[in-house]
Amino acid sequence: MHTVIVGNGVTGVTAATRLRQLQPDWKITLVSGESAYHYSRPALMYIFMGHMTYEATKPFEDRFWRDQRLDLVRDWVTGIDIEDKQLVLHRSGRLPYDRLLIATGAKSNKFGWPGQDLEGVQGLYNLKDLRQLYENAERTSHAVIVGGGLIGIELAEMLHSRHIHVTFLIREASYWCNILPIEESGMINRLIEEQGIGLIRETNLKEIVDDGSGRVEAVVTEFDDRIDCQLVGLTPGVSPNTDLVKSTPIETGRGVLVDNSFRTNIPDIYAAGDCAEIVSRNGGRNLIQQVWYTGKKQGKVAGEVLAGEDTAYNPGIWYNSAKFFDLEYQTYGMILSTPQPGEHHLYWEHPSHRHAVRVVGTDGCIKAFNFMGIRARHEVCERWIAERRSVEYVLGHLEEANFDPEFFVRHETEIVRSLKEQLA
Amino acid sequence: MSTPPAGTTLIDPETISYFYDEEADGFGEPASAAEAPRKPGMMVSAGVIGLGFLVLVVSLLGMPLSGAWTPFLLSFGLLSAGTISYVWFTYKDTVPGIKHDGVMFGNTTHRGAIAWALGIALTGFYVVLYWWPEYLARTIMLVEPLSQALAGQPANQWFLYGFLYTMAVVLFGFRMFMRYRHNRYHIIRTISVMFFQLVLAFVLPQFLRALNEPEFYFSYFWPLKYDYLFPGTVDYLVNSPGALGSFMVFWGVICSFIATPVLTYFYGKRWYCSWVCGCGGLAETLGDPWRHLTPKSTVSWKIERAIIYAVLLLIILTTAVLWVSSTSQGALSAISAPLKQWYGFYIGAVFAGVIGVGFYPVLGNRVWCRFGCPMAAVLGIIQRFFSRFRITTNGGQCMSCGNCTTYCEMGIDVRAYAERGENIVRSSCVGCGVCSAVCPRGVLKLENGRSHGDRYPGSDKPLGAFSTAISKGARVYGDRDGYV
Repeated sequence: MHTVIVGNGVTGVTAATRLRQLQPDWKITLVSGESAYHYSRPALMYIFMGHMTYEATKPFEDRFWRDQRLDLVRDWVTGIDIEDKQLVLHRSGRLPYDRLLIATGAKSNKFGWPGQDLEGVQGLYNLKDLRQLYENAERTSHAVIVGGGLIGIELAEMLHSRHIHVTFLIREASYWCNILPIEESGMINRLIEEQGIGLIRETNLKEIVDDGSGRVEAVVTEFDDRIDCQLVGLTPGVSPNTDLVKSTPIETGRGVLVDNSFRTNIPDIYAAGDCAEIVSRNGGRNLIQQVWYTGKKQGKVAGEVLAGEDTAYNPGIWYNSAKFFDLEYQTYGMILSTPQPGEHHLYWEHPSHRHAVRVVGTDGCIKAFNFMGIRARHEVCERWIAERRSVEYVLGHLEEANFDPEFFVRHETEIVRSLKEQLA
Repeated sequence: MSTPPAGTTLIDPETISYFYDEEADGFGEPASAAEAPRKPGMMVSAGVIGLGFLVLVVSLLGMPLSGAWTPFLLSFGLLSAGTISYVWFTYKDTVPGIKHDGVMFGNTTHRGAIAWALGIALTGFYVVLYWWPEYLARTIMLVEPLSQALAGQPANQWFLYGFLYTMAVVLFGFRMFMRYRHNRYHIIRTISVMFFQLVLAFVLPQFLRALNEPEFYFSYFWPLKYDYLFPGTVDYLVNSPGALGSFMVFWGVICSFIATPVLTYFYGKRWYCSWVCGCGGLAETLGDPWRHLTPKSTVSWKIERAIIYAVLLLIILTTAVLWVSSTSQGALSAISAPLKQWYGFYIGAVFAGVIGVGFYPVLGNRVWCRFGCPMAAVLGIIQRFFSRFRITTNGGQCMSCGNCTTYCEMGIDVRAYAERGENIVRSSCVGCGVCSAVCPRGVLKLENGRSHGDRYPGSDKPLGAFSTAISKGARVYGDRDGYV
């Protein structure tokens, strides 16, 4: 049995290692045009900032792949021959498969802005983008970033670390406030400005101006303000990368359509991770998940399904984390930017604006947490949510959830006092 | 069913055109990144440091040195003041947080020409210090007034060494305060190493000399300070006038055989290696800029285990042979004397000093602690099997970025554990806490648990785990070979 996995990101690699555990004798091949070996995509920023070498972003030593007999092919897949069960590779001909997992990840969005294909205009998603950023940054003293998500603020931090002046253009009234409640979002606005980064809010990009040689020289906003710059970072989010399957019989929606065992409509072809769209079985919304941990979790289940096990993906209780400059953020359970019907939000923020906690309850039961500048135990928060503990119970035991390093100043007393007052 | 003909290109041609050999050509130093703006305060401070060097050179070359304070105060005063103010102006206006921008690009921090030059200079200093101290005669004269003031006796090369060592720990300790001012763990443990170096390893031994007592370092124990349990040292201490010498022997025995296992059981190896020890103190202060240089490969881990336990066996053997020799009227004396000399030369001087510190800028700041120190080996065995200490991994939050592994000065692949949601329980971990500090997702926490039995599967049976490790190498929990 030969299983081929397209993509060596976290989903593809997790599927491959899981499959190897379950099927020690199968032939497994990973194909990627982006890199010879798997690397950690979230670490791209640390290469650029000089915190880490590229070598150090690879979670496995190179000998691991030989030891585990996971064959690596460095090539781009340009087509799928479904009848003959073969992949068409760009340089090295055809690759037959018995089972195929598509784990091609996502692509940066582009919204058809005039000038979006000029030199010096780019997103940040893969090693190709990083190469481009190395070159573009060389000639840049002022950069404009358009789109205020996680990649946008990472890009701002990266360029800032090389002493490039950054202007951050966001559509929203406050950073990432379509996802974060306004208080947490406000803390981050403050950080951005504290770093000396210009934050221009509620402003859309109108066009990117050509300097006459096909390279960017400025951007113009919808209010006809012109900002001179040598680099434009476009970071308005990502979409599933379905290029490979678009003109095949494999069904796509926004992503590659799969059931909750990652099966596409074609037998022996599977898709998982950022490129997949999991079709809801009960008529609810389809699921597209594009963060690191869901890619890993989906990859594990996909590996089991490829091995022939009857496993289904259970998304579980949502969690995520990020770091905005020096401010760490962790979230457990789903919190939307505005309180939903029946939700009760309790919020505490330290006067320094460097620590905050949000506790969300429904019907008196804990539903979700946001922690800013405070580390919290995943296991404890998840258990409380799963057990539907009362908000009173959670406040009474909040210190059990703390995961800050030893000797850090603890804020539980103030937090609990403040949240209890709000509760009453 | 429609099938694309062979070679049909479905994906973006621009994507296909991408090929870059990231393995061979990498993502190194930017060709011409904008320089960090140099603040006036930093320039002035650099000037003060330069002036200090000038005074130092002039004093050493040209001035009659007669134990006067002026050249000492002027040279070391300017050097210290300049360093402190340089660090202050570098960090004072920055936002508190991790300061690793450009570490991998830096000539000094990433094995550039400056790093090699520094390595050669440091190594050279150790070689001269150990084997040609006569060339340091004038430098020793420079610190003479301090030796007279503290010990009432002339300075020698070891006083000079202790003084420079302590100065480095204090000055670069201040750098740690500025860099980690958002992190109380680092502030407190830096205060601790500064205190132990300054008071127990520098001022107190000199006071003891002033009182005509043996020069004794209360913060170093056998087997690191190997000769403290050699029969010659014990005889000398016990026979020195007054009760203090006997207390020193008692202290050494208690610390080596009782305090070490007990404290390690409760707090892990870190109570010594990154809180008390002078070698650790220098590594955590002066050595901090090079902490990422230690190799992280499985091969380096195998080499580490082979060497460190060999050194431990060697010092146990040497000590035992010396005791047999001294209690049996010279039996084994044919091997005991050369063994003692050999250990002192190759391990005590060459390995711990010349390589251990001299190679900081090239091999990282914990070469000796990781590959050689027998005290670290003992503490490590206790930590690994009989301790409550562990680094806890926070559920599924790890995204495998590798900052923890990169900045682990002991070469532990922290990420390999964190990404699998396992606690890190490794004999070499000195508990510096930097993995936890650099983690951008809040995944790692150093903890002393309530028992030793909940750290990893099987850790409630330490003897079993210990015997497995001995019989099968480290192929038990936590071996990267078993990662799938």
